[in-house]
Amino acid sequence: MTSPQERKRKVTGPVIVTANRLRDGAVIYRTLTGDWSARLEHAAVVTTAAAAAELLAAAAADDIAAVGPYVAPVRISPDGRPEPGNLRESIRQAGPTIALPITSGI
Amino acid sequence: MPLIRNGQITQDRFVRILDDAPLPDGVPVIVPGARFLADADEILRRDAAVGVLWPNDRRVAELEPYLDRLAVIILVFPTFKDGRGYSQARLLRERYGFGGELRATGQILRDQFVFLVRAGFDALEVVKAADADAFAATLARYSVFYQATNKGSPSAARHRVSRRSLPASGEAVH
Amino acid sequence: MYLYDQFDRTLISERVAEFRDQVARRLSGALTEEEFKPLRLMNGVYLQLHAYMLRIAIPYGTLSSNQLRMLAAVGRRYDRGYGHFTTRQNIQFNWIKLADLPDAMADLASAGLHGMQTSGNCVRNITTDQWAGVAPDEIEDPRIWAELIRQHTTMHPEFSFLPRKFKIAVTAAAHDRAAVKVHDLGLRLRRNGAGEVGFEVMVGGGLGRTPFIGKTVKPFLRKRDILSYVEAVLRVYNAFARRDNIYKARIKILVHELGADAFAREVEAEWRPIQDGPLALDPAVIADIAARFRYPDYARLDDEGPELASHRKADRRFDAWLGNAVANHKVPGYAIVTLSLKPEGGPPGDATSAQMDQIADLADRYSFGEIRVGHEQNLVLPHVAQRDLMALWRALDAVGVATPNVGLVSDIIACPGLDYCSLANARAIPVAQELTRRFRDLDLARDLGRLHINISGCINACGHHHVGHIGLLGVEKNGEEYYQVTLGGRADEQAELGALLGPAVPYAQVADVVEEVVAAYLELRECAGETFVDTVKRLGVEPFKERAYAPH
Repeated sequence: MTSPQERKRKVTGPVIVTANRLRDGAVIYRTLTGDWSARLEHAAVVTTAAAAAELLAAAAADDIAAVGPYVAPVRISPDGRPEPGNLRESIRQAGPTIALPITSGI
Repeated sequence: MPLIRNGQITQDRFVRILDDAPLPDGVPVIVPGARFLADADEILRRDAAVGVLWPNDRRVAELEPYLDRLAVIILVFPTFKDGRGYSQARLLRERYGFGGELRATGQILRDQFVFLVRAGFDALEVVKAADADAFAATLARYSVFYQATNKGSPSAARHRVSRRSLPASGEAVH
Repeated sequence: MYLYDQFDRTLISERVAEFRDQVARRLSGALTEEEFKPLRLMNGVYLQLHAYMLRIAIPYGTLSSNQLRMLAAVGRRYDRGYGHFTTRQNIQFNWIKLADLPDAMADLASAGLHGMQTSGNCVRNITTDQWAGVAPDEIEDPRIWAELIRQHTTMHPEFSFLPRKFKIAVTAAAHDRAAVKVHDLGLRLRRNGAGEVGFEVMVGGGLGRTPFIGKTVKPFLRKRDILSYVEAVLRVYNAFARRDNIYKARIKILVHELGADAFAREVEAEWRPIQDGPLALDPAVIADIAARFRYPDYARLDDEGPELASHRKADRRFDAWLGNAVANHKVPGYAIVTLSLKPEGGPPGDATSAQMDQIADLADRYSFGEIRVGHEQNLVLPHVAQRDLMALWRALDAVGVATPNVGLVSDIIACPGLDYCSLANARAIPVAQELTRRFRDLDLARDLGRLHINISGCINACGHHHVGHIGLLGVEKNGEEYYQVTLGGRADEQAELGALLGPAVPYAQVADVVEEVVAAYLELRECAGETFVDTVKRLGVEPFKERAYAPH
């Protein structure tokens, strides 16, 4: 996938704004209350380019909490919750698709 | 925008004339490189100091005939990531022997101070006042360098070979 | 083994203090991300999909056992207990927290390790042959030159804000194990007609979006001139390469656009005035650096001959490993042992902290405390007495690093890909894992012979797919992962870029296509001795294409 920051902003479906937390790099999602959550279900979902731009601008201004915010597509589940809209976002939400070494007790 | 010269925050005694306006008498001025070259002999006849603001995409060799008469050369860092000014600085100091004030302007931030000073700049137009205040402390971050600097300090490789010339601990090697 | 002195250690610890200050200013908001990003990159700190990633330099791929133990400890203390060895002889930790980085770097610094210049637009880790200093076919140890250049280009005031990254590799053997022809600056130690040793200098090689094989700009450079010449190359690059477009900012583009001859002339013009200045290397300086490389106090041993032969007869698995992972050493009675980090089903190039500790102990016991990292993402114990090979093998087998697949089809080179990397278009690791399962049969792997599969998850080519015998490049098509297949690439002294096989293949089919290509090779090869890459050279890709894309 071309970097989301590089892609021109064309909103053709529901989108969210996501970034990485400054302190530890964890995946976070911009919420409706101008905050960040580690849970995708708390993400603010918008559907127009204008709303996405506004959400992104606010996120980008929050430089001290989050790094590299961008607009990402989501799918809406039958019970109305946002789910990752592409493979990249699935991997960001759920972690690498490969088994990580079992390292407890090492 | 604070100006640091030789480690001190100072007033800039030079006036920048960036357009075609006539150069005021008796005032040290800085003019852009293109204007200077078009009229160098005339400009240098004036009775006050002359400096040049030189773009980072022209060879500094073009200034060679005038170096002994230029009081200051300002080199430009349009963004701090654009490092062409460092090469220009070293050439001016080390190849052409420029002895006047060598000033850096543009996006000059704290984390470039050590590189700028070691490349030969003795004056910096610093973007943030907080960075200017921290100048001395920032330079003191590093006491050892692998490369010979423009001030003639031997490189680390030579320091090892001639161990008697190792700097005293804590002494900055600039 | 280069021994750091007070100078080296002071520089690293001052760097850690500076970074600690920079992180604090970033966390407090005194630095924006735009201002901070180049600073963290200069210390090897990337932001990836899930977390920050720390890339730690392993200068010319040489590690002491204490350093390997420190890497294990950092992985345990600050990360998730495993690391990844890269195609540039570095190591990466994938889960590190920014707030922890200053402490992690302080720990690393105590062992002489750092992440300086493993990222950013500066001179990166200088890589070399993982058999440097022990290979029978080398002229002299290239690491001395790598160290000299490393020092000179570390925190260089003029070359810390280059147009783009700059990668240097050095080789000293006729058979190039360091891929110098696909580096920004490739140096090959060689003899001239008079028997003098000097450098062939190649500039403008590189992979990525626009791959190039490097051009020879100076067929023979005297040793004394190496630093001044490197300085001149970097100065020309710094001054004239493009800065308007990051995809055109590498030196390979400058060399291509100027032409190799015009580029060489620019370098000469910069070089002549400084050739005899402070950068001229006098023999005392060279000797001093060389003296800081400690070589083992090798015992006087004979080659093992009959005893090894009887071990081989007695144990098939030991025999397979010996024939595959053990190479001749320049000192009689010794051997070079490669540790495969490519177990069946494993992510290529990864090792757990536990494994690192175990390997460090084995290095102490069997390799004079020294380990090497190769760009093919395996480790090496470079000083093993042949009489210890049986005992060592048993121990390596227990650690899980004795798969006898070195240089074979299942010894796959892969970047982290979309499972980790924010630049990626597609995953690389699961493709590699599947391929190791398809080719788990070691008899088949031995029959196929030398066969390098390289997988990159995007055009940045960190998996070096352009120079793979079989290269796989992950691309995105309509939100799905596809792979372009190339054949016939080589990274060695006969360096060549692979040729495209045909249309990109979806994720679900890529392992099948690779199996078909391999099956085609078995049918098409002239004899068992003709390697895969030689068959492709002889026949081109057409016969493979027919087979790979035939409906099944």
